[in-house]
Amino acid sequence: MRSNLGFFSDEKFRSIFFQTLVIGLFALGLFFVISTTSYNLEKRNIATGWSFLQNPAGFDISFSPFLEFKSTDTHLKVYFVGVLNTLLVSVTGCIAATILGFILGIVRLSSNWLLSRLVYIYVEFSRNVPLLLQIILWYSILIQLPRVKQSLQVLDVFYISNRGLYSPRPIFESGFSYVFIAIVLALISSFLINRWAKKRQDKTGQQFPVFSSSIGLIFIIPLILFFILGSPLSFEHPELKGFNFKGGLVIRPEFIAMFLALSIYTAAFISEIVRAGIMSVSKGQREASAAIGLKQTWIMRLIIIPQALRVIVPPLTSQYLNLTKNSSLGIAVGYADLVHGFGGISLNQTGQAIECMAIVMATYLSISLTISFFMNIYNRSIQFKEK
Amino acid sequence: MKKLLSIFAVVAFAFSAHAGTLDDVKNRGFLKCGVTTGLAGFAAPDDSGEWAGLDADMCRAVAVAVFGDRSKVEFITTTGKSRFPTLASGEVDMLARNTTWTISRDVNLGFEFVGVNFYDGQGFMVPSALGVSSATELDGATVCIQTGTTTELNLADFFRLNGISYEALPIETNDEGKENLFAGRCDVYTTDASGLSSTRAAASNPDKWVVLPEIISKEPLGPLVRHGDHQWGDVVRWSLNAMIIAEELGITSENVDAQTSSNVPEVLRLLGVEGNYGEMLELSNDWAYQIIKQIGNYSESYEANVGPDTPLEIARGLNALWTQGGILYAPPFR
Repeated sequence: MRSNLGFFSDEKFRSIFFQTLVIGLFALGLFFVISTTSYNLEKRNIATGWSFLQNPAGFDISFSPFLEFKSTDTHLKVYFVGVLNTLLVSVTGCIAATILGFILGIVRLSSNWLLSRLVYIYVEFSRNVPLLLQIILWYSILIQLPRVKQSLQVLDVFYISNRGLYSPRPIFESGFSYVFIAIVLALISSFLINRWAKKRQDKTGQQFPVFSSSIGLIFIIPLILFFILGSPLSFEHPELKGFNFKGGLVIRPEFIAMFLALSIYTAAFISEIVRAGIMSVSKGQREASAAIGLKQTWIMRLIIIPQALRVIVPPLTSQYLNLTKNSSLGIAVGYADLVHGFGGISLNQTGQAIECMAIVMATYLSISLTISFFMNIYNRSIQFKEK
Repeated sequence: MKKLLSIFAVVAFAFSAHAGTLDDVKNRGFLKCGVTTGLAGFAAPDDSGEWAGLDADMCRAVAVAVFGDRSKVEFITTTGKSRFPTLASGEVDMLARNTTWTISRDVNLGFEFVGVNFYDGQGFMVPSALGVSSATELDGATVCIQTGTTTELNLADFFRLNGISYEALPIETNDEGKENLFAGRCDVYTTDASGLSSTRAAASNPDKWVVLPEIISKEPLGPLVRHGDHQWGDVVRWSLNAMIIAEELGITSENVDAQTSSNVPEVLRLLGVEGNYGEMLELSNDWAYQIIKQIGNYSESYEANVGPDTPLEIARGLNALWTQGGILYAPPFR
């Protein structure tokens, strides 16, 4: 007994003992869950395994802007269509939420009483109403748009109905690739010019018109090339044929509802993060830069925002993660995302819930970890470099 | 540690030890029955908030068989997607939920279909203003479809077979389908013909909608239970069969008392006057008598819920008895 106690009073032994105990209990729990599951699956004759991924899906997905999908394609392809649709709404949503959030965050701090109150109302409304309700609200509004036969025509080429927004689709003809190459080259060279001009300014103080020269490179040269090559671009216009519009590009109301709800909801949070970031920069910084005669816009761009970003980026990352995960609510309005297509219809038609859910979870985990990874790199690059 | 292990052992036992469903139901004191989220004629709350419909009657019949009391049932709503996990996990004892009997559901999902209480087929409904008279004219149409159903697969097959294109708009519940169809988000709604009649009956102006003549699949709808519990499967199967046999023998809820003194042997066996068929099922011997007395025979249930005199106006058709031109047929009661 005494020797036992003696062992226990040894700090090293105690810590090893408890760690082993915790790991052991965890492993036991895991084993228990897995064995119970497989026992019950077998007992109830529920099929298991991954071979169902190669079976034909048998159903159609109509919203698949990147891949052609037919009902004879496999469940694996259902998965890829779902991943792409999830990424589509997440990426566009993150971009829109960031832009909107930054603008609103800055406006909220404006000295204009009316503007800042309006943003306050917007933020409090959209972050305090459940996202699911907002998605359904947007969708309900969108399907009350005119029916397809009575579509609103905008600028002669766009059609708006409750089937979506139809627009002409650009068709790139031979020769357009030169224009495309010219644009890419212009982008690279404006980047290089920008670096060179900065270096020169640091050294000599001379400025170079970076903005106007970049505009010239990116827009005017490719445009001239475009006309020299004989305008190698045409448009396919949507046309009302039978039940629906044929041809053209279409943005479905399910996507628009998801996009609006996700970006407006998340922008409210981002605007608060931006506001907190700006307010974290001490007043002295602003006063000092005003004292040396910097313009108001320069103070924001060169002094305040770079310091605020250190505070903004970490919580911004979690907003991106939230938005991506929230995109799984697409099922509420029939948006064919990963959870709806693969985690819903495939799961239901094959009955292999555990496999489907495991794949869906692993996918969200990978997407989230990828976002975190890149945001962490960005975060490191904007931190104070202490020498 | 010992204590912990014994807790694990108890939990493991609780998970693995399955008493029969019949005993579970008896101990609980009421039946848990999975139904639709609301499909008039099959299972939907009526004006007084009571669940009514052909499937609801199926649930009540089983409750009567077990408890002799039609109110001893809790209705649990399930969507097309949630129904199977709900049944597999034991949250409900049975499903009577417009569910099509297919090989993969019977075999691969680990369920047991115990019979057919409605022979249905998939159809299409369109606004009459569209002027469409056949489903083959639907090239390019947007179709509302409940996901996770056999109709979803039939639809893809039908359009593929006819070489015409369509856009599917997947929806979760019948109500969502109605909303999208009435708003014109989709041109066509497809589901079982009975479901279309039900949806049409619920429209503000039913004449504005037509159900197209094509029936593109066979959809035998029936109650199902978990695979492997044969005793419970027998109870549900024979509750349904009792209602069908009662119609064959001309026993109704009104004449059932008089029939107990009938001279037809099968009538006496069914009503528990002769033989001990109830005991074989571990039920009381008058279980079938109680079903007929409290619910009625199949015909009574049909006429009250979906028949020509109801808003659904579905003729007996395939669902007539085999002796009357239909295919409704129950094994003999002996």
